[in-house]
Amino acid sequence: MKEELQELYKYRGLLYMITYRDIKVRYKQSVMGFLWAILMPVLIVMSGIIVRYAYGLAAHVPLRTADIASVAVKSLPWAFLVSSIRFSCNSLINNQNLVTKIYFPKEIFPMAAVLASLFDLFVASGALLIFLLLIHTGWSAYLIWIPLLVVTMVLLATGIGMIVAAASLFFRDVKFIVEVLLTFGIFFTPVFFEVGMFGDKGKWLLLNPVGPILEGLSACIARHQSPDLSWFAYSLGFALFALLGGFVFFKHLEPAFAESV
Amino acid sequence: MSDVALRMEHVYKKFRKGEIYNSLRDLLPALTGRMFQQRELREDDQREFWALQDLSFEVKRGEAFGIIGQNGAGKSTALKILSRIMKPTKGCMVVDGRLSALIEVSAGFHQDLTGRENIFLHGTILGMTKREIESKLDQIIAFSGIEEFIDTPVKRYSTGMFARLGFSVAAHVDPEVLIVDEVLSVGDYVFQRKCVDRMKEVIRGGATVLFVSHNLRSVAEFCQRALLLDKGRTVRIGPAQEVIAAYLNRSGGEHSADTNSSPVSISKVTVRNESGERSQFQSGQKAWIDVELIARSRCTKLSVSLYIRDEYCTLVFNTSTERLGHGNFTLEEGEAFLCTFELQLNMATGIFHPSVLVNRYDIQREYDRWEPAATIYVSSPDDVRGFVHCFPRVVRQEIRAVSEANLAGATRRVASGEACRSE
Repeated sequence: MKEELQELYKYRGLLYMITYRDIKVRYKQSVMGFLWAILMPVLIVMSGIIVRYAYGLAAHVPLRTADIASVAVKSLPWAFLVSSIRFSCNSLINNQNLVTKIYFPKEIFPMAAVLASLFDLFVASGALLIFLLLIHTGWSAYLIWIPLLVVTMVLLATGIGMIVAAASLFFRDVKFIVEVLLTFGIFFTPVFFEVGMFGDKGKWLLLNPVGPILEGLSACIARHQSPDLSWFAYSLGFALFALLGGFVFFKHLEPAFAESV
Repeated sequence: MSDVALRMEHVYKKFRKGEIYNSLRDLLPALTGRMFQQRELREDDQREFWALQDLSFEVKRGEAFGIIGQNGAGKSTALKILSRIMKPTKGCMVVDGRLSALIEVSAGFHQDLTGRENIFLHGTILGMTKREIESKLDQIIAFSGIEEFIDTPVKRYSTGMFARLGFSVAAHVDPEVLIVDEVLSVGDYVFQRKCVDRMKEVIRGGATVLFVSHNLRSVAEFCQRALLLDKGRTVRIGPAQEVIAAYLNRSGGEHSADTNSSPVSISKVTVRNESGERSQFQSGQKAWIDVELIARSRCTKLSVSLYIRDEYCTLVFNTSTERLGHGNFTLEEGEAFLCTFELQLNMATGIFHPSVLVNRYDIQREYDRWEPAATIYVSSPDDVRGFVHCFPRVVRQEIRAVSEANLAGATRRVASGEACRSE
């Protein structure tokens, strides 16, 4: 384990290079350039607002700006998670040439996919910031939680990314299963709704480790509150476990990569 | 640092052939099926095959070592194990020093990036740091000879340009142990020469080189020692020339005709000199090719053709018994026919493949073809290149003073020549 981490550190230049390539290629290929990073979150935010508006109509509760801010804040990390898992899942398959021909720590591929998605998240965050300023969300000292919550999200995405990347190399249908899970995952994650709406049953939704992170972000940005610490600890623990498990799983399968492609 | 740069000890590699479950949809039913049927497990064992068996060798620091063998002999598997892409099933492998593998020169390229961006990407993949690449960037671009297109996305490159850029990057990694697999066969002749010179420079610089190739000429040129593999087993290991000779003696050709159905077939072809069968000749030496045919039924108006091709399948020489003025011949059922071609091997250094054909000219029918029937290695003490040896000598060479008037004329000619080119 220690040697593997040392080796990964030795190849950090390559991680940077592959990330740079992934970002560059993504922005070069699409006509819209940087708009690409914003399009997906904008769509999610808009569908979120529609869902919240419908909910408001049904419950006879008017739609408040805080609700809109909350949906917008939670959509971005969700879009990041979906895109990092999707790109990691294909990262080894798309780089078959390198996987079978040249030696280096292969976890660089899923990691680069996550980092490239993180770059998209930063671009989209710029747009979000403008949006939040426009709707006068305001700010508080709780914003200090943001980096910690985002890092937890990145760790979780990396862990899951490594697992699906390795698995999809051995079983070609993993890709489709992941795609289905990502599509319907939004209904099992508090993106469009708040856990509070479910009353006591809300805690079951927080068992999804993404839930507490999104709720935490919404709390500190939109509602100017501290995140729920115990649930955050749960998510962080889960993320670290996923990262460690994913790394061990990936390294265990790595020697067989070149043969299975 | 020890004297040995690279060592393999009793390395075995096992692969599974046949169906591999590569989707969960196939795997799950197969797993449940397997729980009830123990027999299937045993069948699995039969589907395994050994790509490498008991491979052991050592390469000393600063040595160039070649691995040769036919397709499927296990050369690439050996390289993949050495470059740590694959793990051996059994045995161990030690590499001492920074290792770089040129297994496929342009594997790291991305189609949508420009040549310059790809140099950085590919260089990093091959283990160079960003600073190293920056310092060598101009050299790399100059070596590739595609300065003009360096800021064009590589998807618009021709195959040759692509490979040249790939090799240029690879050639500027300064490894202690270099593994090379067939990368010298890219680009045109001029570029190939450049690559060969660069390889020699790397070897002179004290790097250990492991070289895998079908191109026996370059193995002979670079390597002091070599290893011959066949079906995963070591056949011979020793000085490169001896190992190449052993390889040439083993490789037999293929019959086109089914020997049981064709009315006449080639039963034997041997290449020899005065003292017996051999595969290595000196340029200008005589060689005899004995051909034996057997007829299963009556055949008329037959003749035997002889073709000689070089290692790139270019036809170097062709003749036939009929064209040499011996007329055609007829064979009755159960008869054998023997003939011998005497040749003078006026070829330059290289590998040549004689092939033999039995045919009937007037109806253009080919009865049997043995291609290649043998492989021979022709060597020459003089440094001559190309197909033929014209036995050249320089019979006059002098340096003479030129008058002012002539010199001015020459300068004018050069100047006008350049003007033409720039237009």
